[in-house]
Amino acid sequence: MDKDFEAVIGLEIHAQLKTRTKIFCTCSAIFGGEPNSDTCPVCLGLPGALPVLNKEVVSMATKAALALNLHINHESIFARKNYFYPDLPKGYQISQYDRPFSERGWVEIPTSERDEQGRAVEWKKKRFHITRLHIEEDAGKSIHDGMPQSATKSYVNLNRSGVPLVEIVSEPDFRSSWEAYDYVQYLRKTLLYAGVCDGNMEEGSLRCDANVSVRLRGAEKFGTKAEIKNLNSFRFLQKALDYEIDRQIKTIKEGGKITQETRLWNDKEGKTYVMRSKEEAHDYRYFPEPDLPPLTVSTQYIEDISQHLPELPEARRERLQHLYELTMEESMLLTQTKEMADYYEQVTEASGNARLAANWVLSELLRELKNAGKEITECPVTARDFGDLVKLIADNTISGKMGKEVFEKMFQTGKSPQLLIEELGLKQITDPAEIESIVKTVVAANPKQFEQYKQGKQALFGFFVGQVMKASQGKVNPQLTNDILKKILDA
Amino acid sequence: MELVGLTVDKFHSALKSGETTVEAVCKATFDRIEKLNPDLNVYLTVTKDSALERARQLDQQLAAGAELSPLFGVPTAIKDNICTKDVRTTCASKILDTFKPPYSATVVERLEAAGAVVVGKANCDEFAMGSSNENSAYGSVRNPWNLEHVPGGSSGGSAAAVAADLCIVALGSDTGGSVREPASFCGVTGLKPTYGRVSRYGLVAFGSSLDQVGPISKNAADSARVLGVIAGRDWHDSTSSEISVPDYLAALTGDIKGLKLGVPKEAFVEGLHPEVKARIQESIKNFESLGAEIVEVSLPHSEYAIADYYIIATAEASSNLARYDGVKYGFRDADAKTLQEMYKKTRDHGFGSEVKRRIMLGTYVLSSGYYDAYYLKAQKIRTILEQDFRKAFEACDLIVMPTAPVPPFKLGEKTDDPLAMYLADIYTVTINLVGVPGISIPSGFTSDGLPIGCQLIAPHFEEARLLQAADAYERSYPSNRYPNI
Ligand SMILES: [Zn+2]
Repeated sequence: MDKDFEAVIGLEIHAQLKTRTKIFCTCSAIFGGEPNSDTCPVCLGLPGALPVLNKEVVSMATKAALALNLHINHESIFARKNYFYPDLPKGYQISQYDRPFSERGWVEIPTSERDEQGRAVEWKKKRFHITRLHIEEDAGKSIHDGMPQSATKSYVNLNRSGVPLVEIVSEPDFRSSWEAYDYVQYLRKTLLYAGVCDGNMEEGSLRCDANVSVRLRGAEKFGTKAEIKNLNSFRFLQKALDYEIDRQIKTIKEGGKITQETRLWNDKEGKTYVMRSKEEAHDYRYFPEPDLPPLTVSTQYIEDISQHLPELPEARRERLQHLYELTMEESMLLTQTKEMADYYEQVTEASGNARLAANWVLSELLRELKNAGKEITECPVTARDFGDLVKLIADNTISGKMGKEVFEKMFQTGKSPQLLIEELGLKQITDPAEIESIVKTVVAANPKQFEQYKQGKQALFGFFVGQVMKASQGKVNPQLTNDILKKILDA
Repeated sequence: MELVGLTVDKFHSALKSGETTVEAVCKATFDRIEKLNPDLNVYLTVTKDSALERARQLDQQLAAGAELSPLFGVPTAIKDNICTKDVRTTCASKILDTFKPPYSATVVERLEAAGAVVVGKANCDEFAMGSSNENSAYGSVRNPWNLEHVPGGSSGGSAAAVAADLCIVALGSDTGGSVREPASFCGVTGLKPTYGRVSRYGLVAFGSSLDQVGPISKNAADSARVLGVIAGRDWHDSTSSEISVPDYLAALTGDIKGLKLGVPKEAFVEGLHPEVKARIQESIKNFESLGAEIVEVSLPHSEYAIADYYIIATAEASSNLARYDGVKYGFRDADAKTLQEMYKKTRDHGFGSEVKRRIMLGTYVLSSGYYDAYYLKAQKIRTILEQDFRKAFEACDLIVMPTAPVPPFKLGEKTDDPLAMYLADIYTVTINLVGVPGISIPSGFTSDGLPIGCQLIAPHFEEARLLQAADAYERSYPSNRYPNI
């Protein structure tokens, strides 16, 4: 980005709440059925049908709002957003406008620019403000390709019609594409932690639009903004924002003017295109939805829900970072999902060694999961077993190298480390007679060192320990070895 | 069995005595419909086969000793903007010409559960928009008292069907007077319940914050009976009230001594037809002679009601009618080449002119830049009107005023002047804006023999009081006249 200029970005995120049923009817909200199979008079917008608010939507929206530090209005009002589109069966979307579900929130999160290789330059915590989070219904889906008569007809699938969404609108607080990127990542993580959204951008469970403008650095007034739509992956989001920022700066530097318009990101060409101009913008004619009474939530209700909210990602990351002395990067990776953080903490608890647990989770576990194409929730190794393994490594029962071998087998078989160590013949030698015979062989093979030890070079004790370990491929019990070695050397 | 003047009470007595059967009365009803409907144009769809089938089943149940449920075997007409499962529901609009809902409205389900036999779907103004029934895409309904005159609207078909004995009771819907005004014009009883008293699920929406389904019948007792069946909380309608439903029939004691009847001084002003004025004043005297105490009350902001109503109702309608876009069901203009053209042509050719006028009006008042001046201000006036009524009801139990400012007018008389037509609603719209219940009861005739209706209004959820007064009145001052058809 040109140093004279500064970007100003605001984000609108639509997140699908993972309720069992739709927002205003009892149809299933889970996709996968035949087109138009999960529908009823309400979500088809048939004449005479009326909406009834699903209570699960309210509890999930409450969780999301609390997780983003939003102030929940005790009374919020549904409104109709009127526009014509084939996949909008009523000709209006039930949303919220004047009095949204919640307002004035924030997140304070680590953010960093990235270098050429995409590596973080320097993590700094920054607070981003959230204007509002409101509840609304999703529309259906128009299908233009792949149907029997797609050449001459368009089709509409209304299974998605009436699926609950929250729209989360930020303040124009982002100054770069990476800030926006880190914010959306964090938002996704938070919704996942709260258990209210599956966060799947490819399937549209999380959708992102951005308002972008540029201004001379230090200027107070905002520039004219363009709205960018279709930013449906993190990569798209970051690339499209960078493209748009550059485009606007270039336009201004060449003496041109930015026009207020809606643009669409085209990933194939790596460009944004005008979708509609300001003149073509809809007048949505919002007005209060007469079919639904105001939505009221009591202080007690909010308190009850807040008690069931898990520790949120940034709080957890900070706690883990300080408690276990992790780096910023480590703590971010380990709190990527709630399940990962839970797993890590369980491994730490079982092993009693947070440092080693972090190393092993971040290297071995992540690699095996990646190779197997599995999520942490599908991990065949229990945290307890992993913790035992880390413990065995920590107290030198087995070497790190052996540990890797054992872990691979644990991942393949789900067996406990103790069992595998035995099966692989990595089991410790604990028979004193056997250890004594190994010790004797080692001492006999190193007469020079033995002589020096006898003459008082006590430091050589460690040398003998190492030699015994080597001779036994690390299988001897360290404590017994120490005792026996001492006995023989000092005899 | 004689259908003329047949009420549920009389019908049930005849059933009990074995004088008639459900099938016989239904058959007679269909015979009468076949004879009279060509002139009256009351029914858009007649459900003869299913009705007779059901009638036979009910007769079997009766023979097997079944108790008479409140509407057992009662031939019932349903306004055609109320959904009936698998039975064409047009809203008297070309745009829904072929529409058969896959579900029944809650009110229809409740009627049928109470034994009612649906005989047909009643004509009305298109999407319930009108005061004369002349806005139907299927032609005007004619007033049974004089075929040259309108039956009122929008539930003109329902009211005329009851007046002409083409059913015993009917359901209408009332957004700004659409049950009461046609009841008045057809000389029958029509009740608009408190907003929230009756479920709107399956009633095709016009003005969602104003719409209520209400009974039309030949006496107050039958309205009480129907209301008792259809009223009450319905989880499908979030605006339906949880207040329990009283026994309306039990409230009909015939005694209204000491009832304070409020007469708004604003109600008898210029524009009120002299014959209507005379009849209403006479009705008030009759109430007094029954022991009611007449008090003067004031509804000082009544003059804003019509404007207020036409802003709120059309705003809601413009949004409610957006779904008729040719995409999913109903009429689609075949000539359209693009999506925009499909919307435009479908809606242009599918809707009648009054509906389009109201959609445009409603779209305008909600438009950015006009919203505050119209819609928001209208909501404020609505609150002021509510305060007027609350205050008036501190001084009286019921309010009395005309249902309509004029007797039934001639077909075509006002069709060129929408504003004059809107003024026919001057006494009824306020009641919907405020949400209180109102009833129109027969109140005599003009010198030309056309019916006039008197309107009673009660506080929220006081339908029992309303029905009690209506019933007491008609016991002492029965009309005893029937249309000569
Ligand atoms: Zn549904």
